[in-house]
Amino acid sequence: MNLPRGALGVLLVAALVVAGLVLPRWLVFLLALALAKGVAVLSVVVLMRAGLVSFGQGLFFAGAAYAAGFAMRWWGIREALLLVPWSVGLAVGLGALAGLLVARYRDIFFAMLTLALSMVLYGVLIKAYGVTGGSDGIRIPTPTLLGLQLSGDDARLVVYYLAVAATAAAAWAVGRYAAAPAGYLAHAVRDNEVRVAYLGAPVSRIVYAAFLLSSGLAGLGGALTALNVGHVDPGLAYWTTSGELVFIAVLGGTGTVLGPLAGAVVYELIRSYAFKYAPYAWQMLVGAAMLLIILFLPGGLWSPVERVWRRAQG
Amino acid sequence: MKTPILEVEDLTLHFGSITAAERETVIVYPGELVGIVGPNGAGKTTFLNLITGYLRPERGTIRFWGQDVVGLAPHQITALGVGRSFQIPQLFLTLTVRENVLVALATREGRWASVRRPLHEPARVQAADEVLLQFGLLAQADRPAGELPEGGRKLLDVAMAFALRPRLLLMDEPTSGVSAREKFQVMDTLVQALREGGITALFVEHDMDVVRRYATRVLVLSNGRILADGVPSEVLEDPEIRLAVTGRR
Amino acid sequence: MNQLLIIAVDGLVFASWLFLVSVGLSLIYGVLRILNIAHGSLFAVGAYAGASLVVAYSTAGLWAPGALGVLLVAALAAGLVAGPVIERGIIRWTYGREPVMQLLVTFSVFLILEDLTKLVWGVSPYYAYQPYQLLGQVRIGGIDYPAYSFLLLLVAALTGVGLWWFVRRTRFGRVVVAVIHDPEISVAMGVNLSRVYVTTFALGSVLAALGGAFTAPMISVVPGIGVEVIVLAFAVVVVGGLGSLEGAAAGALLIGLVRAAAVHLLPVLELFTIYLVMAAVLLVRPLGLFGRVEARRI
Ligand SMILES: Nc1ncnc2c1ncn2[C@@H]1O[C@H](COP(=O)(O)OP(=O)(O)OP(=O)(O)O)[C@@H](O)[C@H]1O
Ligand SMILES: [Mg+2]
Repeated sequence: MNLPRGALGVLLVAALVVAGLVLPRWLVFLLALALAKGVAVLSVVVLMRAGLVSFGQGLFFAGAAYAAGFAMRWWGIREALLLVPWSVGLAVGLGALAGLLVARYRDIFFAMLTLALSMVLYGVLIKAYGVTGGSDGIRIPTPTLLGLQLSGDDARLVVYYLAVAATAAAAWAVGRYAAAPAGYLAHAVRDNEVRVAYLGAPVSRIVYAAFLLSSGLAGLGGALTALNVGHVDPGLAYWTTSGELVFIAVLGGTGTVLGPLAGAVVYELIRSYAFKYAPYAWQMLVGAAMLLIILFLPGGLWSPVERVWRRAQG
Repeated sequence: MKTPILEVEDLTLHFGSITAAERETVIVYPGELVGIVGPNGAGKTTFLNLITGYLRPERGTIRFWGQDVVGLAPHQITALGVGRSFQIPQLFLTLTVRENVLVALATREGRWASVRRPLHEPARVQAADEVLLQFGLLAQADRPAGELPEGGRKLLDVAMAFALRPRLLLMDEPTSGVSAREKFQVMDTLVQALREGGITALFVEHDMDVVRRYATRVLVLSNGRILADGVPSEVLEDPEIRLAVTGRR
Repeated sequence: MNQLLIIAVDGLVFASWLFLVSVGLSLIYGVLRILNIAHGSLFAVGAYAGASLVVAYSTAGLWAPGALGVLLVAALAAGLVAGPVIERGIIRWTYGREPVMQLLVTFSVFLILEDLTKLVWGVSPYYAYQPYQLLGQVRIGGIDYPAYSFLLLLVAALTGVGLWWFVRRTRFGRVVVAVIHDPEISVAMGVNLSRVYVTTFALGSVLAALGGAFTAPMISVVPGIGVEVIVLAFAVVVVGGLGSLEGAAAGALLIGLVRAAAVHLLPVLELFTIYLVMAAVLLVRPLGLFGRVEARRI
């Protein structure tokens, strides 16, 4: 982490804070949604840097969102500062369990096993109507902040700032992880597992650690989404949710932290329009865009910008 | 008598009908520099794979410093102080040359899971650059390892094993990608580094001149069997052995 | 005793369906070393093609049993058009790249095909029940079964035998086996890899479409049926061992029977049986029942 990048981060957070005050309400809502998604995209990025593609981040995304819903429904907890850690904790717990199975696998095995696990959760959420509300899902009432009752617009703004704070924290944490030995060893696993083992480091534990971090990030994204939308449904666990995260990761590139976050904002803005006009062609556009990026811009849309940035720094 | 570093007994492995190791028995003492020679397919690499846990023997025992290691994984055996370099260089091709060494150093410090400080800590970078300087790779430090030519890859591969500062170093054809002219130069560097670090080493080598000049002892393998084990000047004079190793009298 | 019979029959029927939808995936993986996620959409395309053609055929009031032939034609047409287009147009550009990247490419193709089917066939369901009704019921052990289930069994068996014959008895089949075993040596011996790849991909696509077409009469054909299929097919193929045709059959049988047992004995578990079987098999044999270990040379 060099100084200019840290400064850039502070600048961006300041811009987001101001944005909350000056932008129209619907756009603030959209931004909060995009940031939540961006955090979840970081969860995909962390794995991709270790050479792993997960098509099942919905498992943690939905798991955390439902955890928030249950906490409200069963225990009447509405405090945002309790709900978020609880949901993230649950997602990490899920990750610790799932990781026991999937951390041994790579490539297509890893991708398909994670997909299968998330689809199992989806099936459970649909079928266990009595607990989960089936395909209707659960309503999430307006949260409180430090015990303060919030109403309508205030609540939205508070959730937005929560999302900004959480995103900044997640970005900082991922940046730090990526620059530390732990992050580099994950990258090294992607390049050459055999060598990692012959340096004396346990490959499976490196992958497991990356998986835990990833499940926590996906959970954070899910919890923020639940608070922002005010409703959770099984669609959060469906493969389309996970696939979208993978797409945004490819779009934003996996080399930086800001790339995927910027990708999430751009994606969410475009989608909110495009989906209206072409509901049955949206996935097709996403697929085509992903193909083009993978084949022609493997570093993501951000990579040319990154290159210019590096050159400017000398 | 000093206590042995490595004791291998009765080591046996087959790949289908191929005998890759058959009743191999070897004891290595501290300070030795053992050359391993033999024709292609003799089982030299397999021997290293077996004692480092990459392959599991059908039979036999392997002990490092008296500790039985059969069944341990490569990362556990490496952590005991056994370093290894590879016939086909095993690098992190999308990391820079320096980062390859930094990762090795961080792992050696036991910090492979650390998030507390960056990989590029000044002290560690300095240590990495010293290693790179020693192996003549400093000029390429910021290039991705994937851009190195064959000879450079081989050197970096050995450098990473060295960076672990192992007590025992196993090298699989350390000079094979290096031009004939630079062979002795590279070996001089290696042997000096071994001596300075007090490292015992085994190295696989096809060039008999290199073995004669540097090894204190030579193991001759053929068809998974140890044909001879002794002082190079004596063993390599035996016409039978020379025939087995080089196919020429 | 009776219950055992029921489980066996149900299990066999389900297994034959599983075999049909997964064997193409395994074949393509074996030869191209690519997991084709779009396999699920090719199944959906086959189902839509079959359903819409059967509906049209039946409305026209033609000879009723001909509908079965229509299903076959639909599958062949769908697979033979889509397969080569996808392989030549997209997949071939990814040969030799990292598996993760290939996976993302087939995932992109999957996304595109999902929407293409919606654009071509709309989003309202298709019901092509005519072939199903036509065959009526059969009585086994005092229980009525739809005869169509046994047709499925027959189709799966014929497919299996056909593939076996193709692989063991034809020249091209033996080339395919050689490529599965060692692509480099095959090329050195003069095999035209591009041709093998495009043919295999077409064949795999036909198999996916065949599974879809013959499934269509049993279900309402709606958007989204492809996803479940790719997950199921992957489970089957992994249990059997990726790239092995015998493995696909063994995996289908095992999963089919276990699921049938669960349905009748422990219904709560039904949703999970497949994954439980998969997890159990992978724990004991990480590469599946028929998987071969390939240690990397270092
Ligand atoms: N993983 C494996 N699976 C099957 N056979 C193997 C495997 N590894 C090695 N072999 C076979 O075992 C024998 C010994 O191989 P090994 O690589 O140990 O020979 P080597 O002495 O290192 O030869 P070279 O001088 O060519 O490096 C060879 O016949 C080789 O083909
Ligand atoms: Mg060798």
